[in-house]
Amino acid sequence: MASRSEPFVPAAELPDRLRIVKRWHVGRWLAAAVILALLALIGRAFAQGQIEWAYVLRFFTVPAILSGVANTVVMSVLAMTLGIVLGVLFAIMRMSENPVLRGAALGYVWLFRGTPVILQLLLWFNLALVFPAIGVPGLFEARTVDVMTPFAAALLGLGINQGAYTSEVVRAGLIAVDAGQYEAAQAIGMTRLRSLRRIILPQAMRVILPPIGNEFISMIKLTSLASVIQYSEVLHNAENIYYANSRVIELLIVAGLWYLIIVSILTPFQMLLERRFARGAANKR
Amino acid sequence: MDAPLVSIRDVRKSFGSFHALAGVSLDVAAGEVLCIIGASGSGKTTLLRCINQLVELDSGAIIIDGELIGYRRVQNRLYPLGEKEIARQRLKTGMVFQRFNLFPHMTALENLIEGPVQVLRRDKAQAMREARELLARVGLSGKSDSFPADLSGGQQQRVAIARALAMRPKLLLFDEPTSALDPELVGEVLAVMKELALSGMTMIVVTHELNFAREVANRVVFMDHGLIVEAGRAADVLSSPREARTRAFLAAVLG
Repeated sequence: MASRSEPFVPAAELPDRLRIVKRWHVGRWLAAAVILALLALIGRAFAQGQIEWAYVLRFFTVPAILSGVANTVVMSVLAMTLGIVLGVLFAIMRMSENPVLRGAALGYVWLFRGTPVILQLLLWFNLALVFPAIGVPGLFEARTVDVMTPFAAALLGLGINQGAYTSEVVRAGLIAVDAGQYEAAQAIGMTRLRSLRRIILPQAMRVILPPIGNEFISMIKLTSLASVIQYSEVLHNAENIYYANSRVIELLIVAGLWYLIIVSILTPFQMLLERRFARGAANKR
Repeated sequence: MDAPLVSIRDVRKSFGSFHALAGVSLDVAAGEVLCIIGASGSGKTTLLRCINQLVELDSGAIIIDGELIGYRRVQNRLYPLGEKEIARQRLKTGMVFQRFNLFPHMTALENLIEGPVQVLRRDKAQAMREARELLARVGLSGKSDSFPADLSGGQQQRVAIARALAMRPKLLLFDEPTSALDPELVGEVLAVMKELALSGMTMIVVTHELNFAREVANRVVFMDHGLIVEAGRAADVLSSPREARTRAFLAAVLG
């Protein structure tokens, strides 16, 4: 039914040429003005503040910082890899028909999601207080302090904690795959594990990848927590330098810039991976 | 007379308090085409899924090609088979689903060779040759490199039939293969199924396509409330049903 307030205008009564006048977008101009003003104020404050930009530049590429950057990247990649391996494993256990495996996976997620990462890092690093020696009797044995280096403790702490979160992400992806896919895989004689590997996981990847990318970026910054157990990542090394020269803010800016650079470089990889697993998807975006 | 390819004996299955199958017995001979008709909830799809072990029986037995399905029998005891054994038994049957269930991340050709290469460990080049022949047989020779998302429903279902055939099963199960299709696409799928039936494939087809049943099926089974109400030659069951419930169903379907 036609609206009563808008009387029907026959097309014949319209003039031939009608010009559409551009909208003014007052809000956009106003927002731009306010934000530019704020940026100028902040810029001026920092320019006049007690920051020696020369120090930022000088320390940006010193060997201690560069090796810290390398350690940050190495730890992020390794801990995330461990996290993904554990995450897939525990997600599959959680979806298993075996109640013991389900329970174990549930317990793992509960324990490592339920405690702060920094506490887990400290526990791993101080494992020697609980077990002075570790090893398999008769095969090998070592003093825990020699094994549990800052590197090993950071890798275990960050990786195992990440696994608990990743397993939930992977589980969400597995649930998102249509039940008919499991049945079709079974119908051509696949066992559960083979159908997971060949049919279900490749499809689940589409759902899993964006949150995993998110978590990887989190992980890059989370490695900074390992500074408390003496792992020499970029923040730890920056701190060591400013303990010596008191240029606290300058070195924090150096570390901050490096985090931004690492994240900016690694982000496009996520898009590449997402494109790879969009194979066969109706809307390739 | 030869032993039937499929023997179903007093099969029962409940989901909670709902009796999906309340004691079904049925024999299917090699080369026979059997259509199962009935209202939704009558148990026909559950019966199909029991044959393919997508659903476990509560009681009763199914024998396919002389082999008891799902269990190993030692005297009077039945021991449940492991997952690998069940997967091996499933190789005797192929299944075509209502919603096609093609693997969306694989091309049509990859869908066809997945089972032969990954499960049967056949030579990949050989499997690809056979897959191309099968795609040609279902009228899709030009579509080997298409992804399911780029195919129409009718084309997807024909790929799904070819995928089932690629495993060289002795028995094909169809679960309402045309119910999810637009009306104008039903014919192309039924044509492929008819060609298969004429080639001697043993088929159990759950369907609402009564014309297909009349034309192609050797036998028609009408199910209601988890029981077989009436079974017999297609012409008899569909044209002159003996049971009142069959008549009521046919009247409702034919309008």
